[in-house]
This record gives sequence, C-alpha cells and structure tokens, in this order.
Amino acid sequence: MKKILLAAALGVFAAMPAFADNTITIGMTVSKTGPLNVDSVSQLRGSELWRDEVNAAGGIKVGNKHYKVRFVEYDDQSVGGRVQQLYTRLILQDKAQFLFGPYSSGLVATAAVISEQYGKIMLIGGGAEGKTYTLGNKYLFQCITRAGEYLSGAIAELKEHNPHAKIAFVYSDDPFSKAVIAAARAHAKEAGFTEVLDESYPPSTTDFTAVINKVISSGADTFFGGGHYADGATLARQLHDQKAGMKWVSILVAPDSEKFKTLGAAADGITVPSQWEPQVKYKADFGPSVEQFTAEYVLKYKDLPDYHAASGYVVGLILQHAIEQAHSIDQEKVTAALNKTDAHTFFGQVKFATDPGHHGLQVAHQMVLAQWQMKDGKLVKQMVWPDAARTASVVYPLP
Amino acid sequence: MTIVRQPFFWIIAAIVAAFAAAPTIGNNIELRESLILAAVYISLASNINMILGYAGYVNFGSIVFFGLGGYICVWLMSSHAWPLAAALLAGGFSVSAVALVFGFGILRLRGVYFALSTIGVNGAVMAFVANFGPWGGSTGIYLSPALFQPLGGPAKALWVIYYLMIGVMGLSLYLSYFIKRSKFGVGLLAIGQNEDAAAVLGVPTPRYKAIVYSLSAFLPAIVGGLYFFKSAYIQPPDAFDLNLSTETIVVAMLGGQGTVVGPALGAFLYEELRGWLLTSPTFSHFQLVIAGVLLLAIVLFAPGGLMGLIYRLWPPLRKFLE
Amino acid sequence: MLGLLASIFDGVLIGAVYGLAAMGITLIWGVMDVVNLTHGAMIVAGMFAAYLLSGAAGIPIYATLPIVLVGSFLVGVALYWISVHRVIGQPPLMSLLSTFSVNLVLIGLGTAVWGTDLFNVPASLPGFSVGRYTFPGTHLMAAALTAAIAGLLYLFLYRTRIGKAVRAVAGNREAAELVGIPTAQVLALAFGLGVALASVAGMLIATMFPFTVLSGDAYQLKSFVVTVLGGLGNPTGALVAGVALGLLEGITTPFVPVSWTLVIEFVLFVVVMIVLPGGLMQLLQRRRR
Repeated sequence: MKKILLAAALGVFAAMPAFADNTITIGMTVSKTGPLNVDSVSQLRGSELWRDEVNAAGGIKVGNKHYKVRFVEYDDQSVGGRVQQLYTRLILQDKAQFLFGPYSSGLVATAAVISEQYGKIMLIGGGAEGKTYTLGNKYLFQCITRAGEYLSGAIAELKEHNPHAKIAFVYSDDPFSKAVIAAARAHAKEAGFTEVLDESYPPSTTDFTAVINKVISSGADTFFGGGHYADGATLARQLHDQKAGMKWVSILVAPDSEKFKTLGAAADGITVPSQWEPQVKYKADFGPSVEQFTAEYVLKYKDLPDYHAASGYVVGLILQHAIEQAHSIDQEKVTAALNKTDAHTFFGQVKFATDPGHHGLQVAHQMVLAQWQMKDGKLVKQMVWPDAARTASVVYPLP
Repeated sequence: MTIVRQPFFWIIAAIVAAFAAAPTIGNNIELRESLILAAVYISLASNINMILGYAGYVNFGSIVFFGLGGYICVWLMSSHAWPLAAALLAGGFSVSAVALVFGFGILRLRGVYFALSTIGVNGAVMAFVANFGPWGGSTGIYLSPALFQPLGGPAKALWVIYYLMIGVMGLSLYLSYFIKRSKFGVGLLAIGQNEDAAAVLGVPTPRYKAIVYSLSAFLPAIVGGLYFFKSAYIQPPDAFDLNLSTETIVVAMLGGQGTVVGPALGAFLYEELRGWLLTSPTFSHFQLVIAGVLLLAIVLFAPGGLMGLIYRLWPPLRKFLE
Repeated sequence: MLGLLASIFDGVLIGAVYGLAAMGITLIWGVMDVVNLTHGAMIVAGMFAAYLLSGAAGIPIYATLPIVLVGSFLVGVALYWISVHRVIGQPPLMSLLSTFSVNLVLIGLGTAVWGTDLFNVPASLPGFSVGRYTFPGTHLMAAALTAAIAGLLYLFLYRTRIGKAVRAVAGNREAAELVGIPTAQVLALAFGLGVALASVAGMLIATMFPFTVLSGDAYQLKSFVVTVLGGLGNPTGALVAGVALGLLEGITTPFVPVSWTLVIEFVLFVVVMIVLPGGLMQLLQRRRR
C-alpha cells in the first residue's frame, strides 16, 4: 500500500506543472549568520541583481511565455546541519523548481545530496572543491573554477620572476584549502620549484607567530596559503610584522575583499587568485558586459562587486540561458541544455564536464591573479595575470 | 512483567507510533524531515539524561559519541562495503567500549572538573580525527549515492532511515525508563543526590558511573551513524560540534532533567521552536539570543524544567508520566 | 637553534596574555565556585571596545586599557546580579548554564550587529630583531602590560582590605558573612574583576591579531586549559600556566605539524586534570617541601 502511495506521489511530483501563473521559483540557502556570512551575502546580492534585471526586462522567455523569477531563501547559519532540511523544504513546501547552491564547498557537498535525491537542478556559484562531482550526479552544475586550478596562474607568473623559488605552503585544514594546495604543490613540482615547507593549521587558529617562524627557518622566499577570511588576513599581517622577507605571497580568498586594504602596508604586494575582478576584459555573448555589470552593481549596492557577487549573478545568467535554449522549464530538457552550454559571459567562459565520472565540474572558466599595489599613495587591486586580463605588471619582489 | 502494565510503557509506545504514522499518512516528506531532527534531539537528550539527570554528572562533550559513531558507520560502509545494520551496530558497540575505557579515567573527577574534561575529550578526539588520514582527515568522508541502492534508491532509503531513527528514539526512551525503575537506576539517583553517602551505603559508585557513561554512548553512536549516512557526508566540525552537545543539555534541562519524558518534551519543543525561528524572516537573526534568554529564564526561575512546572500544577501526573 | 629560541620567546610573550585571560576564570571560580561561560563573550567585548574606542573615538590604543578595565568591570558586576546571584548556592550545573545562556545572548547580539566580519586594530610598535627573527613590539607591550596588571591584582588581593574580604569569602563564605562582610557585594566585585581581566586580555589580543565576533570561543577554551593547568582558584598559577602553555606551543611548533598542537593541548588538559588536579602549582608546591 505504501509503495502505491509513494509511486502516486512521485508521479504527481514529476508531472507537476510550473508554479501557478508564470513564475519560476528558485530556492537557495544563504549563510546570513555564521563565519561564512560576508561572502555568502555577497553572492546573494549578485543573484538578486540578476533577478531584478530579468524581471525588469519582463522575465525569462520560454517559447511564447515569459516567466518572472522569484527567490526563496533561508539562512543556513554557515552550518551543514540545517542545509538538507532547508533544501528539502524549499523543494516540497516552497515548490522551488531550480536551486542555487549554498556558499562554501562543505555546504555544497551536503546540499548536493538533496539535488540528487529529488532530481532538481542545482547551480553552484560558491563551491570550488571538485570531489563532489566524482560521486555520480546528474543535476549539479559548477559555474566557477574548481579548486585544483586556483593557483596555476600564480605559479605560471612566479616562474617568470623566480624560476628557482623556494616555496612554503601554509594553509587551513579545510576541504577547499587542502584541495587548492594539493594541486598547487603538484604544479609547483612540475614547474621546477622547491618545496621547503608543507603545513596545515586548524581553521580556528588565530596566531601564526610560531608557524611564521617555521617559515623563516625553512629558508623560503615564497609563500602560498591561507584559507578563508580571518586566517588569511592574519597571515598577511603577521608575515609583515615579523619581517618574514618573502619575495612573493599568494593568499587565498581574504585579499579579494575590499576590507583587506585596512591592513595597510601589510597588504601591499600580496597576490590573490580570483574568480573575477571588475577590471577583467572578457567579451560577453549574452548578458551584461563587464562594465555594465559593475556599474549596475555599484548603483544598487554602492560598493564594488567582488567575485562572489559576480558568481552569484552568473549562476542566474547561465540558468536563464539554458532555459531559453531549451524552450522549456522541464528538468530533463534544461539539464540537457546545461550540458551543452559553452558560453562566454562577463564572468568568463563557462562549460561543464558531461562524463559521469565528473559530471557538472567546471572545465572552461579560468582564474585571474590580482595584486594589491600602491598607486598614487593608495592601495588598489590590479590584475596581473593572465595577459589577456592584465591591468598592471606584477610588482616583484614584494615591497 | 509488571512494567508492561504501567501506563507509561504504553505512552512511550504511543509516542513512537505517532512519529511513525504522522508523516507516513499523506506522504508528508517535509514533516518527516522535521520530525527526524526532533527524533535525533530526543534520543540524544534521553541518553544524556541518564548521566546528567540521574547521576548528576554534566557531560558537555556527549557529542563525541555521536560523532565517533557516525564516523565508524560511514567509514565501514564506504571503505569496506558493510551493510547499514552491521555498520550501525559496530559503531554502537565500539563507541560504548571506548567510552567504558575513557569513563574509568575521567569519572574519577567530580563536578565541574568532569564537565570540563568531557570538553577536553571531545576536543582531543576531534583534533585527532582531523589529522587521521584513513578517515579523510579534515576533509571528511563523502558517501556515493550508490550506497542508497541496497535500500531501494534514495527516496525509499530516506524513509527507512527515518523509521530506524524513531526506533532508536523509542529505545532511548525505554532504556531511560527501565534504568530509572531498576536497582541500577536507584543507585544512580543516589549518586546524583550525594555521591559519598551513596558510596558509604554500599553503592559501587565507580562501576555504576562507568557503566552508565558507557550505556549513554551506545544509542547516540547509532543515531550518529544514521544521521551521517543520511547526510552522505561527514566532517570533523559537524561530527563533533560542541553546540549540539550543549543544546542537548539545554533541552534536557528545559524539559526537566531526571524525568524520562522531560528531555523528550524539551527536545521536541526546542527543535520545533528553533525550526520556526530559523525560517521566520523577523527572528532568524536573533535565534541565539532567544535560545539564550529562554535558557536563562529556565535556570533562574524554573530549574525543574517544564516537567517541574507540570508536576506542580497536576501532582497526580507524577505517577503516570515519568 | 635560533629559530627554536625565537619560537619559545614568542610563545612566552603570548602565553602571558593567555594567563591573563585565564586569571579571570580562575578568580571567579576560586571565589564563588562558578565557571564563567560568558568569558569568551567578554574577551570579544574587550576586543570590540578596543576597536571602537581607538577607531571611532580616536583614542590611542593603549590608552583604551583603563577604559576597558573600568567599563567591563561594571558590566561584570551587572552580569553577576542578572545571571549569577540567584544560582550561587545551587549545584554547579545551574551557574554553568546561566552563564552559558548569557553567552548565547551576547554572541547572538554581537553577530546581529557586526556579522562575522574580520576586524583589525592597527596597532604597531617597533619591536626588536635577532638575526632573521623579529619580535613585534605589540607582543612585548602586551606581555609587559599583563605583568603589570597581574602585579596590580596581587597588590589588590593581598594588600588591601577589600582584597582581604575577597579572599575571606573565597575561603569560607558563611564565616565571612558572620564576621560582617557583605558577601553578596564582594562576590559581585570579584565577578566584575574576573570579567574585567577577560576583557583587558581581549583588548591586548586585539592589538596583536585580527578578530571576529566568534574569536572568543577559541580563547575561552585555551583559558580553561590554562586554568586547569594552573590549579583552580590560583591566579598566580594561571599566569604561570599561561606562560607554560605558550612555551609548550612554542617548543612543539618547530617539530610537530601545527595541526597536532590542538591534540596535544587537549590531551594534556584531560591528563593533568586526572593526574594532577591541583595543576602545576601543586607540583611546584610539593617540590618546595
């Protein structure tokens, strides 16, 4: 009896038409509280900007109909424990037809389970770790560069300036940072660099004095590492205070924020791998151009967009494009359209792996490398790699 | 078996039946998802009640059982292809055994020292697991969706997990109840009142304490195994989250520690309140504040918790509702 | 070798600040048998006070110390009356939970107001260098101020009448009451002092490292480790133990991957409690005889 009920329920479920009158509901959790809130809210803002522009233009065009976009979002508190309950609620109670993933690889991994269990498309703008895509999913799509690629630009650029660099890897013991550094160490080896230190620290670490002394003892002249916001900023500050003498420093995530400027002299010269910066020169086949996006974001939020905001916008854009290509909002048709996507947008090129072993992994998007430099007495973020995106030459060694 | 004639025995059965029936009728998946979290809280609270409410020992780090049980189960299933039931039981027994060993060590400590040492144990285990390669270190273990196939696919597996979870919840309540009515339970309560007097009167206190500590580890380990199997992902900060441990204590206090139904009631209400707070647009920023204020009020003005209040209003209930 | 020495020296500097934070807990514990779980929140309060006073109000950073001291003392006294007074005689569980709930409220409000952004107090003092290793001036200053405050606390407890009253109440509350000491007021004062120590430690930490609303947790945990190591209720012990912990961290880091330091600290914590409940001071005192 239960089986029949279950089958009937699933049948109704699968045949469910679009929510009432021409609205598409997109569900997501946002880390409005908790350690991830700064980046997560930034990502939400980008998505909301997209939604508002789409609705202002009349909605997403599907055949002859226009669908307005409606968001439903909940606070996941930066904690995995609530994510699954909330996404299930989004699907069942709020009738979300499409999902945007949460921010951070850990939460994405948890949310992805729900995407598969209920067969709903989920686009990821905030989770770079690649392992989630090797578990066999059909509805997950990663729109940002994966963790393994984060530091390849930094390594390539470093090779031009210091082919015999001695590198210290000091990074947070979390899935994202570990994935980034593991790949970076392999790339560094290929490039002929010497690794003199490989240390991971607990993510809650607040004092790096001892570790930095270790870095000094190791004879390193190059530093790669960090994790998320708090630790990255502290590392930068303490490397400076302790006069560690690094000629090149690349730190993850933290330096991308405008707040990083407040570190003053400690920020000067620090490079950060970024998914996107307002100075990039990508050409867009559809959607806004880089300048348009930046201008509209500044108009709405009175602040320059960072790469989280850009990725928040692009997940909406890619979904919109796929729906328009599929002329439908049916899950299977849109999935097929997403699988075929090979798009050039303000965010860069977006294309997904389609083989079952890596389905959904982002294969085309590239990182850029930004560096904080002094310009007319003020700290400014410049693009230093790749050549196509360059706005200033790298300052080497560190001032 | 006079215990079967006691009304409370059937009250517990009714609770479990209600949990089983409510979401099943109408295939209400959203309700199921909410109730499963309530079941988790109820199980954890009931189990901690044995050492907290009966014996009077505050176990701040009780989450370590939940986390270890989760890790063992998930690891056995993903790396060694064990079936769910076997992995769960293996988790339960091994964590109990480890607890027994630890217990003999730290249960020598009294009062606040014991409470703090449990935080230390939890912290040490979490830091160790984060360094332990075979368990994925700080990255944790991911489960492939293929592991849901033996249970009939993801949708069906979620129901199976739910029924198992409320089964464990029922067992927790029964365990709590049987112990309370047994000689062992009387000994525990005596320890809770005045440990030295109890020892003088002949209660084998070290042994009893170690046994209850170990017992209070068994079911939470299984709950952990089920919970992380369902999440298909386990990571040290989620597995050994001190906040959950603390909430378990809050919930047991809220409902009325030392009673059987108190922790269950407290867990249920707290979980529903928190769930509501979480999705309410006005209050979601203030959930911590509200939880804190609530707890403070209980501690200052109603230390017997809800059951304390209820017993005072309707004394005859004491006989029926333990 | 130099690296190791540098590590140790710096560990001692930072350890002193850990000790200061722990003194706050141990004082309260010793005097009234209450474990103050608002400790972490008060450390954060000190951090934010330092940030706001030196930023918005433009007060030079080290001048904020007396302001933080007095302000947090008053807050501590208020907290005592709100959350601790009623649960004093009751089982320790109650005070644990009441202070814990206040912590939840404070951190919750803090998150609602400041989010979890990183904040940085731009303090810098010229340090000194030995070889390739530099000891930041801020670390040296923090350690010096800690020593000063510890000294003041000692003077207060052992050379003033009120201090004597505090020690009397700590020893035997009923007897103190009988002798005419207004114990409730003394307890409130002691609690306020303990909280003030936590906040000042927070302010000093803010001069050294960036922080968020959630930073308090990690320091609270370290404070507990130090308190236990130093022997409960023993402020001198707390200071010594803080330095010892800093030293331990300094020694182990060059040899052991940093991620194992936490394991070592926690294991030490549990073992010391079981084997040496009086902490390090007990060991040292036994030796003296």
